[in-house]
Amino acid sequence: MATYSTNEFRGGLKLMIDGDPCSIIENEFVKPGKGQAFCRVKLRNLKSGKVYERTYKSGESVEAADVMDTEMQFLYSDGEQWHFMEPSSFEQFAVSEAAMADTAKWLKGQETCLVTLWNGVPLSVAAPNFVELTVTDTDPGVRGDTSGGGGKPAKLETGAVVRVPLFVDIGELLKIDTRTGEYVSRVKS
Amino acid sequence: MDDDWRPTASLENIRLRAALLAKSRQFFAARNVLEVETPLLSAATVSDPHLQSFSTCYNGPNLPPDTTLFLQTSPEAAMKRLLAAGSGSIYQLCKAFRDGESGARHNPEFTMLEWYRVGFDHFALMDEVEALVQLLLGIDRQFERSSYRAIFERHLGLDPHHASLGVLWQCAEAAGISGGLTKGELERDGWLDLLMSQLIEPQLGARTPVFIYDYPASQAALATIRPGAVPLAERFELYVTGVELANGYHELCDAGELQRRYERDRLLRLANGEAAPACNRRLQAALGAGLPASSGVALGFDRLVMLAARADSIDEVVVFPVARA
Repeated sequence: MATYSTNEFRGGLKLMIDGDPCSIIENEFVKPGKGQAFCRVKLRNLKSGKVYERTYKSGESVEAADVMDTEMQFLYSDGEQWHFMEPSSFEQFAVSEAAMADTAKWLKGQETCLVTLWNGVPLSVAAPNFVELTVTDTDPGVRGDTSGGGGKPAKLETGAVVRVPLFVDIGELLKIDTRTGEYVSRVKS
Repeated sequence: MDDDWRPTASLENIRLRAALLAKSRQFFAARNVLEVETPLLSAATVSDPHLQSFSTCYNGPNLPPDTTLFLQTSPEAAMKRLLAAGSGSIYQLCKAFRDGESGARHNPEFTMLEWYRVGFDHFALMDEVEALVQLLLGIDRQFERSSYRAIFERHLGLDPHHASLGVLWQCAEAAGISGGLTKGELERDGWLDLLMSQLIEPQLGARTPVFIYDYPASQAALATIRPGAVPLAERFELYVTGVELANGYHELCDAGELQRRYERDRLLRLANGEAAPACNRRLQAALGAGLPASSGVALGFDRLVMLAARADSIDEVVVFPVARA
């Protein structure tokens, strides 16, 4: 069983807590001058997304979670599952809707995503930081308005809805930041 | 390109540290406290169960080959040898080293301001600490004082000297700070440390700095223990806006008691599976020769600079913290 000492704790490290894989969000070293040293750790449960805190005696060891982030290409969705391929081995992985969570709304196919595997099973998927998607529906564009003030909702080809500047029209290709869900710019085609 | 050659402290904070060092020296000069320097490398080290020393090897004249020398965790032992030799009141600004300690308020190498006042009890020394910290941090208000017991009663509604291990554990459970620890994993003092550092300390000295005094005898370290129905350690700590800043003792002068405390520490360390350092025979001999009645205090100087700079992390006031040393 692989373990990590509290001295190795840092943001992003994956641990097994009560049978679930967790990722360290924050790690705080606490020690009264003459007293016992502790590590106060804030963790995210990678299955439920729940955040909780744990306290360990400094120097103690905690079981490591066999969690790996692997780049994979998104192939297609059959409506129930999303299918990805690991490009070097051509091995395919099916991801459940629950594990896809919000990521699904940014993908149309071919994108390279970061798939988190726990014991070889997909746990979550991160979309590329930026995606380029076509506007399928929005109010008519207001020519010449480049103020960027206000804005309006626009529906994209994947079904995602983002706020865009008033000048954006149906059929235009937009660059979107998937981490914030915000419009970045138009893409000249 | 890596820019980890750069200091993590701003030039402004480097200047602030220099100014605070100069003011501290003026403070002690005006009070006729003598500045001293003692070795950072020593043949002996402390036995405290929760302090880990660095050690290194000396090869050269005057000592056997491969002699182990320890980097001091504080200048306490050497300064007490000076006191026993008749130095009178002394202070020192020096580096201290503690293995395993790195975080927002810890760096394994740090600056300590430590001083001893002959003839002072711990309350008289608290007055002097207060005057210095008021001067350095520009505080006008009088500091508060509270016993260890009163502060536990006020914040947690329990008596730290009588509460059972089970009660302390339940208190941590109820506050949601014990996840990951089992009840038997810590001794009473371990649970008290957790409750103090997680539930009480963050609220201490929020508006007015506060001295906590009369610690459990089990946390006396080298403070004298006042006998009574509940024997109490004549030890104090100063907290400023949730930061533990200074730790002082009405000093233990009894060589026999020093030997008993060393023995207790040694057994605790062995029980924890840690090596126990040899007894500091020169400190033992100094106390045997006679340590004058005195009080001493150690103040974390980097934390003082943090408070003056309103910094959240020690990295903001130390030029090259351990990760860039």
